[in-house]
Amino acid sequence: MPINYYIFLSLTLFCIGIVGVLTRRNAIIIFMCIELMLNAVNLLLVAFSKMHHLQQMALHPSAGIDGQLFVFFIMVVAAAEVSVGLAIIVMLYRNVHSVDVNFLNRLKH
Amino acid sequence: MSVTQILFWFLSVLAVISAINVVISKNAVFSVIWLIITFFSISGHYILLNAQFLAVVNIIVYAGAIMVLFLFVIMLMNLGKEVEPQKNKWLRLAGVIAGGCMLLVLVSALKDAETANQIAQVKEGDIGLINRLGVALFNDYVVPFEISSVLFLSAMVGAIVIGKKD
Repeated sequence: MPINYYIFLSLTLFCIGIVGVLTRRNAIIIFMCIELMLNAVNLLLVAFSKMHHLQQMALHPSAGIDGQLFVFFIMVVAAAEVSVGLAIIVMLYRNVHSVDVNFLNRLKH
Repeated sequence: MSVTQILFWFLSVLAVISAINVVISKNAVFSVIWLIITFFSISGHYILLNAQFLAVVNIIVYAGAIMVLFLFVIMLMNLGKEVEPQKNKWLRLAGVIAGGCMLLVLVSALKDAETANQIAQVKEGDIGLINRLGVALFNDYVVPFEISSVLFLSAMVGAIVIGKKD
């Protein structure tokens, strides 16, 4: 598969995530759109690692393996981020009884 | 068209359509379901690229753990029934235009990049297998691996402290 197909697919998913963050008001859906953007980046990293592996296969048999390990670490960080973020959203809901992000500006008062 | 190309286009269309549905669906539970479909199609892409370990981890961690956590929180808050307040129509239009402009700029910038005619290896190559990844993870990346366990511990403590009722 040509690499630019993967580039354009990942860009499309990433921009759909951006549109979701900009247009929705529910904090949970904004959070889900951030996960979508992380997954688009992961897909592009894997595609680039396979591209690099195909180029360097003769010289270095393990070329491109770093990209896949970075994807693994991104998944680890995303799991930690989700646990803390959902705890913050639950706490927010308990205090203001809403997950509307327009209520978040009341935190400063 | 070969089978690989048909699978690629099918998974791509499925991923994009379900990602759009995540954004536009009114009910938060449906958004979660569509996001799970997106993650499964991205896992299908990983299998197509022969990154089998990442495909399995993506299904287990994202479609399994994280999405169940999202669904659990949504049902805990009982958000599925009430209608979410929408943003102003013009604000939504501005958001869509801004995202579309970003897509347009990035696509036109990367359309003629030097790597545009290179090939990503599909359905062969063994760097995505768990054997090779495990060897690399426990030799070259053992320090980040241990640090990520500390990160998980601190995230767990943080989630408990934040979520505690006081």
